[in-house]
Amino acid sequence: MTDLPEIAPAVTLETRPFWDATAEGRLILPRCNACSTVIWYPRLFCPSCASDDVSWVDAAGTGTVYSFTVVRKGQGPFAPAAPYVLAYVELDEGPRVMTNIVGCRPDDVTVGQRVVVTFADTGEATALYRFRPADR
Amino acid sequence: MTIRGAALIAGVYEHPRREIPDRTIPQIHAEVALGALADAGLALADVDGYFCAGDAPGFGPLSMAEYLGLHLSHVDSTETGGSSYLVHVAHAAQAIAAGKCRVALITLAGNPRSGGWERGAGFSKAPEAGFETPWGATIYAGYALAATRHMHEFGTTSAQLAEIKVAASVHAQHNRHAFLRDLVTVEQVLDSPLVADPLHRLDCCVITDGGGAIVVVAPEVARDLDRTCVKVLGAGEAPKHTNNGRIDLTHTGALWSGPRAFEEAGVTPADIDYASIYDSFTITVLVSIEDLGFCEKGKGGQFVAEGGLQAPYGRLPFNTDGGGLCNNHPANRGGMTKVVEAVRQLRGEAHPAVQVADCELALAHGTGGSLATRMGSATLVLGREDT
Repeated sequence: MTDLPEIAPAVTLETRPFWDATAEGRLILPRCNACSTVIWYPRLFCPSCASDDVSWVDAAGTGTVYSFTVVRKGQGPFAPAAPYVLAYVELDEGPRVMTNIVGCRPDDVTVGQRVVVTFADTGEATALYRFRPADR
Repeated sequence: MTIRGAALIAGVYEHPRREIPDRTIPQIHAEVALGALADAGLALADVDGYFCAGDAPGFGPLSMAEYLGLHLSHVDSTETGGSSYLVHVAHAAQAIAAGKCRVALITLAGNPRSGGWERGAGFSKAPEAGFETPWGATIYAGYALAATRHMHEFGTTSAQLAEIKVAASVHAQHNRHAFLRDLVTVEQVLDSPLVADPLHRLDCCVITDGGGAIVVVAPEVARDLDRTCVKVLGAGEAPKHTNNGRIDLTHTGALWSGPRAFEEAGVTPADIDYASIYDSFTITVLVSIEDLGFCEKGKGGQFVAEGGLQAPYGRLPFNTDGGGLCNNHPANRGGMTKVVEAVRQLRGEAHPAVQVADCELALAHGTGGSLATRMGSATLVLGREDT
């Protein structure tokens, strides 16, 4: 088993601020100025009220594991990294984000576990937001 | 406008092979098209409406209409993943009811077993792609996320999920074309390697080449055919997505598509004699039967462990061809074969060992996309011609 690969994400005009922040070790979230909804995935459109008046706010970087799986058979660049943990983390701001849980043995992850964000540099001016157990 | 009784399925065809390295995908489309038309007693020249989804190469229905030599007054290339073909049956019935066409042909073909397969190249341009591709989220890992959460909320077990594969294998042993024909036990499922916890290899469907086709016709066309037809009584479709990051992994779009189909058909889940339930993975079936109202939410595990899915005597005999779990999942799209087996049941042409006695009402349900993110759910209620 090797470390997870750092796959550079596809960055668009809409998501550039989000990914720029990750490169600085910050997790930011788009929030609708019209209805205050925190938007996920990041986009400059509010799917709750159809407003395009969106600004970026700092996230606490903490959350709870909503669901997870230990992937035993990875594909492509992830094959050598198996077993690894794919998860949905519910951020304290509300959204459930797809991510990896790192910093512990895969078998130690549980639903409901408290986690905090950690960043992995992709080498392309972006970093991947992953989460590790809060008690480690 | 309702489609209840507005159109009938006159012909179906499932390609008998599961590995087809010697033909192109358009060739397989043509082969299954002719198979379904022959089943109906119609010819390619009778077709005036054509339906295909993302498996059709090139410019979709335009490329295929040209290849097949079709002259059309109606085309539809609705893409909801593996459930597309159930949506196509509904849309064909709508088009026929509106007078846009009289003989609608729906085809599916692909060769992921011999030709390899990769996620649609278009996905890298999807607005969500940057937030889903960096994590190693395989198809089966996504379904595993749904299974984990279902287990957490309702106490569902791996042994209960395994019962779904067992039921499929009980049926598949009677299907000489099935990719997997051997009976399997709960223990064998649990002993197969974990691919993404809690899903084992045997919780997954097969990967097969192949295809299928359906011919939907207007009532006045059906009247002149010798073949027993099947009535389209009701349909529901429902995309479900991550809902602005507030996804609930414990239900599918069936929660909405099911009631729409039942209401249009004027029936309830208790009236259904046979059900084809999309079975990309065992968890797909479990969540779907709950959402469709065949059992209470969270009680799917108990339902399947009591043998509820086994033909011919279970409460809800399902996938009597062996389903995607054992028989066939052509082009990684299981919706076509769901309709085909439901039609066989309503015609009394399923294998005698799994034929449901006096089968009058059948349901076919599809789940395209992924339980973990976005999916297209589609439900059809079909009835015997004399109902």
